[in-house]
Amino acid sequence: MIRAATTLSVALLAILPALFAETRAESDVDIAAGEALYERCQGCHSIDRNRIGPMHRGLFGRTAGTLEGFEYSEAMRNSGIVWDEATLDAFLEAPRNYVPGTKMTYAGVKDAQERRDLIAYLRQASAP
Amino acid sequence: MPELSAIASADPSRTLATPRRTLLLRGGQALLSAGAIALLAGCESAMSSRAASADTMANDAEILNTALGLEYEGIAAYQVGAESGLLEKPVLDVAVQFQGHHKEHADVLAQTVAKLGGTPVLPKAQYNFPVDQLKTQADVLRFAAGLEKGAASAYYGAVPLFGDSALAQAAASIMADEAMHWAVLLHVLGENPVPVAFVS
Repeated sequence: MIRAATTLSVALLAILPALFAETRAESDVDIAAGEALYERCQGCHSIDRNRIGPMHRGLFGRTAGTLEGFEYSEAMRNSGIVWDEATLDAFLEAPRNYVPGTKMTYAGVKDAQERRDLIAYLRQASAP
Repeated sequence: MPELSAIASADPSRTLATPRRTLLLRGGQALLSAGAIALLAGCESAMSSRAASADTMANDAEILNTALGLEYEGIAAYQVGAESGLLEKPVLDVAVQFQGHHKEHADVLAQTVAKLGGTPVLPKAQYNFPVDQLKTQADVLRFAAGLEKGAASAYYGAVPLFGDSALAQAAASIMADEAMHWAVLLHVLGENPVPVAFVS
């Protein structure tokens, strides 16, 4: 019994730093800053209507290139990407490196904190 | 949804076959701007350069095509504004002038895409603008200001991607024009016309 409890404690201690790190990462994002950054995206995108780029409503969990009513590049249709924090982070850093041939002719958001803020805003604003 | 008849004048099927420095747009009313000349010059330099690979030209054509789509959207948006009955003179005149700039951008972008071997995108049949939210002149101007700001951002984000620096320079010229539109619209709205030191 004591051995089991000790094992559990050790396990908890092992994952606590990871949990703490995740909590800290969540609290480090600035959604208002992300909203301001999203104004850059609004050259081509909107939350609720397809424009030069596809709408962002329902973005998280969507497979890239599958939104009905938007004409994607072949590269995006074939990318197999599912949009989440990690894939968005990689894509937004350098869209045409991550998906060569994408129609998103934008150099990218180079600052990692800006990407975190932007993605946090997008998660909130694009919720179905 | 208003007719988008004005877009017809930006029909990318128009060809410009005369030498570029004597090239005239819109029935001879306007000489090509320096930015337009730079676009065409950049395109020609790319085509004549041994270093310019097919991939580079295709990349640049893709970037210009995205910009062309934006310009068509801007032309259509100003058409909606002009036909809304909400814009009073002299604001209406300014909006029509800005639309004219976008048509000039679109004309030259389409020609350049074609010269680079690409197929210029066409205007969309419908843009689904949020017209139900446009009730006053200020609403229309704020909507237009948002599009102009977005367009400036889009060009800003595209400039570093060009393989041909002459095309990057020409895109920056258009970006400056979009930023001027944005500033004027903010001024008419009574807002700070230049709210930031850096546009991104």
